[in-house]
Amino acid sequence: MNRLDYSVARPAAEALQVNKVIRNTYTLLSATLFFSALMAAVSVMFSMPPMTYLLSLGGAMLLMWFVLPKTANSASGLGVVFAITGLMGFGLGPILEMYLSLPNGTQIVGTAFGGTGVIFLGLSGYALTTRKDFSFMGGFLFAGMLVVLIGALANIFLQMPAFSLAISAVVIMLMSGFILYDTSRMIHERDSNYVLMTVSLYLSIFNIFISLLQILGLTSDD
Amino acid sequence: MDWMKIGSAVLILAMIIFLFPRAKQMLQDSPEAKPGDWQGAILPILAVVGFVLLLIVMV
Repeated sequence: MNRLDYSVARPAAEALQVNKVIRNTYTLLSATLFFSALMAAVSVMFSMPPMTYLLSLGGAMLLMWFVLPKTANSASGLGVVFAITGLMGFGLGPILEMYLSLPNGTQIVGTAFGGTGVIFLGLSGYALTTRKDFSFMGGFLFAGMLVVLIGALANIFLQMPAFSLAISAVVIMLMSGFILYDTSRMIHERDSNYVLMTVSLYLSIFNIFISLLQILGLTSDD
Repeated sequence: MDWMKIGSAVLILAMIIFLFPRAKQMLQDSPEAKPGDWQGAILPILAVVGFVLLLIVMV
């Protein structure tokens, strides 16, 4: 009898745990995206200099690499997530200001914003409804990210617009893969942490938005 | 060379150094794909590519 109870109760408990991780992740993600947008608006309002982007991103990376792993399982992890996303949002200010100064800048920023939302919702919906396991993509995605970073490093010195466009296109594809991979991790990994999941999904959304801005800015008629 | 370029290069280099061991570990530990797995991943990514092309035409 006990054995029967256990076999019935365990999948139900696991399903509840999965639903809890998914719900917490999307709640925290919504809050951080809102906070990030608010910080970006503040940064645009104060016309922050271009160096803000690098400094904010550098600060966010340091928090992500050295503070988040130690705090992810405690309540202070939430504060660290807001600090990371707030910094990254604040860093977006100078970039948004640059695009908004273009003749059709409002349209470019609006399209990139809406496009990012559609891509994220579509891919998350696909991974959640099919419940496929995309864990096999992990090695490919991380190796692809390394190659893209090496390409981006080279292009700082090469300054080739076509290469920059190609890098942005590959980043969108890789980040799309990361959204599938992370969403499937929430479903299939028993010990997935919603704080780490939120940061991972936020990074994918952030990178898709930046890359879409770059592609739309470079290919725009004006 | 301006400070933005130097800063960007330093930041990307730090990302590469930080990501390299993780990528190496992921390449070794990732489970093998079963038949049809890649198809299930590539189709939605191709849909994203099509959507981005649509956005480019729209702007």
